[in-house]
Amino acid sequence: MSRPSRFEVSTSPSARPELILEGELKFSEAALLWTNISKRLESVERNETFHFDLSNVESIDGGTMALIVHLRNELKLRGVRSDIVGAQGTVQELVHLYHGDENPIRRKRRRPKKSLDEIGERTIAFFGAVREVFGFFGDMILAVVGLLREPRTANWKEVPYLMERTGADAVPIVVLINFLVGFVMAFQGAVQLKQFGANIFVADLVGLSVTRELGPLMTAIIVCGRSGASFAAELGTMKVSEEIDALRTMGFGPMRYLVLPRALALMLVLPMLTLLADVVAIVGGLVVGIVSLDLSISAYLSETRQALSVWDVFSGVLKSVVFALAISLISCQQGFATTGGAEGVGRRTTSSVVAILFALILIDAAFTVFFFFFGL
Amino acid sequence: MIDPLIEVTDLTIGYDDVVLQEKASFEVFEGDVFAILGGSGCGKSTLLRYLVGLEEARIGEIRIAGVGRPNLEVGRPPFGVMFQSGALFGSMTVGENIGLALEQWTDLPHDAIAAVVLAKLRLVGLQGTEDKFPSEISGGMKKRAAIARALALEPSLIFLDEPSAGLDPVSAVELDELILTMNRGLNLTVVIVTHELASIFKIATRCIMLDKASKSIIARGDPKELRETSDDVRVRAFFNRLAKES
Repeated sequence: MSRPSRFEVSTSPSARPELILEGELKFSEAALLWTNISKRLESVERNETFHFDLSNVESIDGGTMALIVHLRNELKLRGVRSDIVGAQGTVQELVHLYHGDENPIRRKRRRPKKSLDEIGERTIAFFGAVREVFGFFGDMILAVVGLLREPRTANWKEVPYLMERTGADAVPIVVLINFLVGFVMAFQGAVQLKQFGANIFVADLVGLSVTRELGPLMTAIIVCGRSGASFAAELGTMKVSEEIDALRTMGFGPMRYLVLPRALALMLVLPMLTLLADVVAIVGGLVVGIVSLDLSISAYLSETRQALSVWDVFSGVLKSVVFALAISLISCQQGFATTGGAEGVGRRTTSSVVAILFALILIDAAFTVFFFFFGL
Repeated sequence: MIDPLIEVTDLTIGYDDVVLQEKASFEVFEGDVFAILGGSGCGKSTLLRYLVGLEEARIGEIRIAGVGRPNLEVGRPPFGVMFQSGALFGSMTVGENIGLALEQWTDLPHDAIAAVVLAKLRLVGLQGTEDKFPSEISGGMKKRAAIARALALEPSLIFLDEPSAGLDPVSAVELDELILTMNRGLNLTVVIVTHELASIFKIATRCIMLDKASKSIIARGDPKELRETSDDVRVRAFFNRLAKES
């Protein structure tokens, strides 16, 4: 019959200090063993001798041996003369397997990076990412030029499907969000305008802000969350599973085959979604005008028509085309830059959405400043 | 008579409506390096999924150490598994991958877990990689790390799905050596799915060979003996790398 595990530390002044282990040492009981032995070993001092006697151990498993070897190594590194002694047969084989009969190597501890190094590395990485996006844009232009020469090399047949996926499928969410945007904006405006008896100007407020700014921007943000993330994840998965390499080896340029159809589809559908968003947001404002401000439908629509020029609507649509280009460009570039496995795909999808949102705000600001200086 | 560690009786395996093997019966004994052999598509990896409990046997029975199909949803798994791709968690470091099961299933304090992780990594020749992410190490290293993860809880049984597939010859031989060391040094029973002949002859003590066409086990025994003595043309073709006769 097997004996249960036990250990004792020899205390006799005549005998050399050692830890005597006995019985069957199992990994399932190793936690208690570790805690008790670790405590006992704290008092052992430099230049002392302290051995681990395994002569009475009947059996031991790998995990427990790993822990004993580690404790012995810790003692040795503290300057204590320590060895595993008395092991025989399979126990000795395990000592050897877990390198308990070798001198321990002091592990180098990784020092955490300094804050300044971290800031420097992040800054370099940011500009590197920006350079990569512009480089990708350059490749895209070259692909378009190549496409003009050989139109058959593009994957045109995927464009209608992509338009459906990025456009038609996004209609419900675009309608809902933009209706609420118009609705909320009219409500907020109404509270202020009521004080001056200028209720009717809610139509101007909603019409202008939606067509020039919020319609294109909100729609682009929705499309970024849906299609941008989808493109990055899809292309990222293709990249890590070597599908993109396979395309290359079969003579399909990934830029022409994968990126241009996505860019084209988005550049076609985003202006349409933006126009839809403008209309729906104005309807949202109209509902508030009727319910809360006692305006008539004809008065609200007439005021909106007077407030808006063709340019107001067109400027928003123009922005949406550039937004579409940014969304497709960044999401595809991030997808192509994916490395590693599932974690890499997740990381690139997140960074593509963040980068697109940043780019959208930046582009919107640039348009606003440009239009302001040119009086548009 | 010695009781088998794994006992498979009249097991039918497949997926959806596709049947890959019918009425398969075999036994694995303690200390075996047991190879599941066969050509592509015969159901080797699927059989492994059944053995480890990822698929439920609707026809036939699997018993491991006298107990039926392990419930992977409840309790500590009674074995370790290494998947073909390694299946290391990409969001964790190699060390965290190995320490995960120790955190979940043992009472060991963090410093003891760290010690076990380092020992396991050293055992598989991966010392110094504990802070690296799986994407930062090579394919062979991933497989070694996956073996270390499978060994974390000191199982007496380990399942390996094509461990040397896709490795260069040197890495494949090193991996075979590692499996043998674990089998002998840790008294580990190893069930291995492979079609690497060199690996089979080097490490396997017993094997079964699955056949796609007949959906049955067509050979069982010591692979070296089967190579020399089997009369079955399919077995001879497999072991001697012969093309199918037309």
